[in-house]
Parts: sequence; C-alpha cells; structure tokens
Amino acid sequence: MIAVVALLAGVGLGLWLDPTVPAALQPYLPIAVVAALDAVFGGVRAKLDRIFDDKQFVVSFISNVLVAALIVYLGDQLGVGGQLSTGVVVVLGVRIFGNVAAIRRHLFRA
Amino acid sequence: MSDEHTETGTGWPQPAGPARPGGPAGEPDPRPEAPDPDELSPLSPQGRPEDDDAPPAEPIEDPPAATGAEPVAGAARWRPFSSAAVMIGVLLVLLGFTLAVQLKTTSSDSSLSAARQEDLVRILYDLEAREMRLRQDITSLEESQRQLRSGEQGRQAALEEATRRADELGILAGTLPARGPGLAVRFQAGTKSISASRVLDAVQELRGAGAEAMQISGGDRASVRIVASTFFLDGENGSLIVDGRRLTGPFTITVIGEPATMRTALNIPGGVVAQVAGDGGNVIVEDREVAEVSALHVPSTLEHARPVA
Repeated sequence: MIAVVALLAGVGLGLWLDPTVPAALQPYLPIAVVAALDAVFGGVRAKLDRIFDDKQFVVSFISNVLVAALIVYLGDQLGVGGQLSTGVVVVLGVRIFGNVAAIRRHLFRA
Repeated sequence: MSDEHTETGTGWPQPAGPARPGGPAGEPDPRPEAPDPDELSPLSPQGRPEDDDAPPAEPIEDPPAATGAEPVAGAARWRPFSSAAVMIGVLLVLLGFTLAVQLKTTSSDSSLSAARQEDLVRILYDLEAREMRLRQDITSLEESQRQLRSGEQGRQAALEEATRRADELGILAGTLPARGPGLAVRFQAGTKSISASRVLDAVQELRGAGAEAMQISGGDRASVRIVASTFFLDGENGSLIVDGRRLTGPFTITVIGEPATMRTALNIPGGVVAQVAGDGGNVIVEDREVAEVSALHVPSTLEHARPVA
C-alpha cells in the first residue's frame, strides 16, 4: 500500500520534474536502480513469505545500492568498469529472477 | 548475523545452508528466544532450497530486534507509520524517482551518450567511410576544377595572343588606327609639282627603313592610309590620286617607325630629298614623338583566296 503509493509518487515526481542526470552519476544510476529493484523484489517475496522486516528491508536496500555503485566505481577505477557493471547486472538479474520466481509460486501456486 | 545476512547485499552464504546454524550460534541466544526458530525454520527451509539456488529475499532473523513486540504479526506493523515504514516510503519514492529519470534519460537521450559501444563503433565506422567518400569527391572535384581553370587560362592566353596578332595585322593591313614615334614628311612643291613617282619613292624608302604604318594627307586634310596595295597616280594641277582619292598639295606623309633610320633613308645622297630638291621642291622632315596614323584602309573582301588550314 504505502510502498506502492510511494513508488508511484516517485515515478510521478521523476516524470514531472524531469531532472537531468549529472554526468558523474550517469554510470552508477542504472546499476543503483537495478540493485534497488532487487531489494524491492526481495522485500515483496519476504512479504509474501510473511517474514518481511522493515529494518532489514531498509538496510538491505541501502547497502544494495551502495555496494552496487561501489563495485561499478571500483571497476571504473580499475579500468574494467564496463565488464564489472555487466557482471553486477547479471548477478542482480539472476537474483531478481529468483525472487520473482518465488513470488510467482506464492501468487499462482505454480 | 543481521549484518551478514542482508541477503540482498550478500545473500550468498545463506542458500548454502550452513549459514543457518551460524546465526543462532552467534547472537540470537541472548535475544528473543522463540522467534528465530519458530518463524524461520519452518519457512525458510521449505521455500528456499527447493525454489532456486537464488538468494533468499528477506531473511527473518532480525524482526524481533527491529520492532521487538510482536514478531508474529507482520501486518500489524504497517498500520502505525513507524519510522521504518516512513523510511521504506522514502526509499521507494527515491527508487521510483531515479527509475523514471533513468528511463527518461535513456529513452529520450537521442544523443550518442546513451548509445552502446558497438553502436558507437558502427556509427564511427560509417562516418569514417562517409568521410572517405566525401574526401574522394573533393579530390576529384578539385581535379576537374584545376583542369577547367587551366583550360580557361589556356583559352585566355590564346585569346590574348590572337587579339595581339589581330591588332598587329590590323595595323599592317591598315584597318586599325595606330600611334607611335615617327616622322612627318612634308613635300613642298617648287616649280614642278610633286610627281607620284617621287611620293612612291619616298614611301618605298620609308618601308625599306622599317616604317610600320603610313598615311598621306593632302592640303585639305584628306588622308589616305598607305598599305601594300596603295597606288599613286599623277592627277591634274599637281594633284595626286592615291587609291582612287584625289589629294591636293602640299602632301604630308605621316609615318610610324624608327625616326632616325627613316630620316637617314630619306636623306641619302640621290635619295628622295635630293631628287625633290632637284625639282626645285622642298622636303621637310619633322620628328614626332607621337605620330598619329588614323586613316583607315577598307580591306577588300576576299573572293577566291582561302586560308590554308
């Protein structure tokens, strides 16, 4: 409820304000978004599993985003930013797939 | 346990299974006794291992610590907007915001900054190929421009040369007026009038001395250009018929050429001046810095002769 509303509000804000992404953040923003999506799907799954916890969600959300951005940043510094961000996206994608599969089983029993 | 376990961040250890025991061993003992085993063990073991190797979503260990009171009723925690809920809301607003911004940037950014590397390489390749083509075009166009320019220059030079020759020939043929250094030779009749043969002698001498253009004028200012085909006849009363026109004395020949040479030619012993003087006449030779030969000869139309190509 509140989560969905907040998400929609954020999307609306983003569309309405239409800010430009600073160039310095451009490589990290997509990764951070994917990491946050992973956290959100994890949260939804936990919710369905009835093991959702506020604090854990907040911590995991923030740490996910930060770690993802940090990895990409490190990669950039090491000269393998492109490959590393691809790797991060793959890992996060696998996790999201897993979470979505669990959610799907909960919702459709299949 | 809690920190390690933020499964989203470092979820790996958990699926392995052994993590489970580690958790309780470390901390949970002193804390709430029941929750961990009660809640978690039933749920997690069932779901996780079977589902996928996937990292578990939100592990459960912490709940008690967070809100303390009721571990069992997760839904209840939602009602009052706890600080954690507010935090979640803020985070999700942020996520939605960045998501929208990122989507918009990616989709609306038509510039190259959003393009992938392979695309950029391809675009670069295309541009290079196009540049090369255009460069070749430039080269060929410059080449043809050069050819045209040189052709034009050649034509220009030929035209100038032809014009110069036409001018020279026009002066020689008497169809163009001319001016230049030369002499004015005046024949003053004495007791005998000036005969045509004297004038012809003078003209021949002048030609021999390098005269380039000549005209003869009579007393009434009528002038006739002297060209190769000009003839002289004696007229009545001391007049002279030149090319069919009748001139009265005194006659003046205006000639363009080297003045000193022509003067010498006229003054040689037994020459024109001497003969006229012998007839009692007088020849006055004057130098002219600029002698004007303005009378024109009308060329006859050629009927039979044709230039040899």
